[in-house]
Amino acid sequence: MKKSFLFISCDEAKHICDKAQYGEASSWERLKLKLRISWCHITKSYTKKNTKLTDVMQKAEVNCLKNDERANIQKKFKKQLAKHQN
Amino acid sequence: MPKQQLDPNKWVSKYSDYLFNYTISRVSDRAIAQDLVSETFLAGLKSMANFKGDASERTWLVSILKRKIIDYYRRINSNKGKAEVRMNYGTSSEAEGDWLEERIADPFDKTAEDKMENTELGEAILSCLDQLPQKQAEVFKMKTILGYDTETICKELDITASNLWVIIHRARAALTDCLEKNWF
Repeated sequence: MKKSFLFISCDEAKHICDKAQYGEASSWERLKLKLRISWCHITKSYTKKNTKLTDVMQKAEVNCLKNDERANIQKKFKKQLAKHQN
Repeated sequence: MPKQQLDPNKWVSKYSDYLFNYTISRVSDRAIAQDLVSETFLAGLKSMANFKGDASERTWLVSILKRKIIDYYRRINSNKGKAEVRMNYGTSSEAEGDWLEERIADPFDKTAEDKMENTELGEAILSCLDQLPQKQAEVFKMKTILGYDTETICKELDITASNLWVIIHRARAALTDCLEKNWF
């Protein structure tokens, strides 16, 4: 078995970890990540912080405008701003 | 301390998300929240002459927004009040003086405090997001807060998937640092 088959770089591990936060990492990728976490403290620490951020984002009630909603507000405001500046 | 300056040209891009989040946690309706944010910007524009420059631009806009939210509740409560006087407060005369709120309040409900903390956390997250480069903040919000899929974001912003993940990675790292300093 080739070493690279199971072993991944730190950067690749971080990339998989990021994708895993959004449920976009495959089972195979998650397995490789777990393996790396078992011996690499940098990956372990990154994963811990990253998972914490995901938990915080889920816990917090954060809302933001969709692009079209923001554009709508911008459009209304621009009209008034133009009047104000003239 | 230097006096703060107002730049209304940047208000919508810089503060609309923060103000929207602040509003929706208090009115729980997207359309109403958008209207209140819009009204806030317009009111800000009209009262620019009153800005003394002691507070930041955002703090000043939030103070206007707070008044808008209070006005909104006054408006709806004046309608609600009419309905409340017709409500039956119960038949037991021993309960004299009990308000409806006391009767329906659940003493084991501890969610109000949690909700407040989550609201504050949400505001802290958006403050941290304000400090990120605009592109990073935009991609992060679309992916994490609005829950758009990778393909949609890539199409809308004309970026590749690998580009998106690099941006997400940087945004997450910066956001974690900021929250570690300001929240955790």
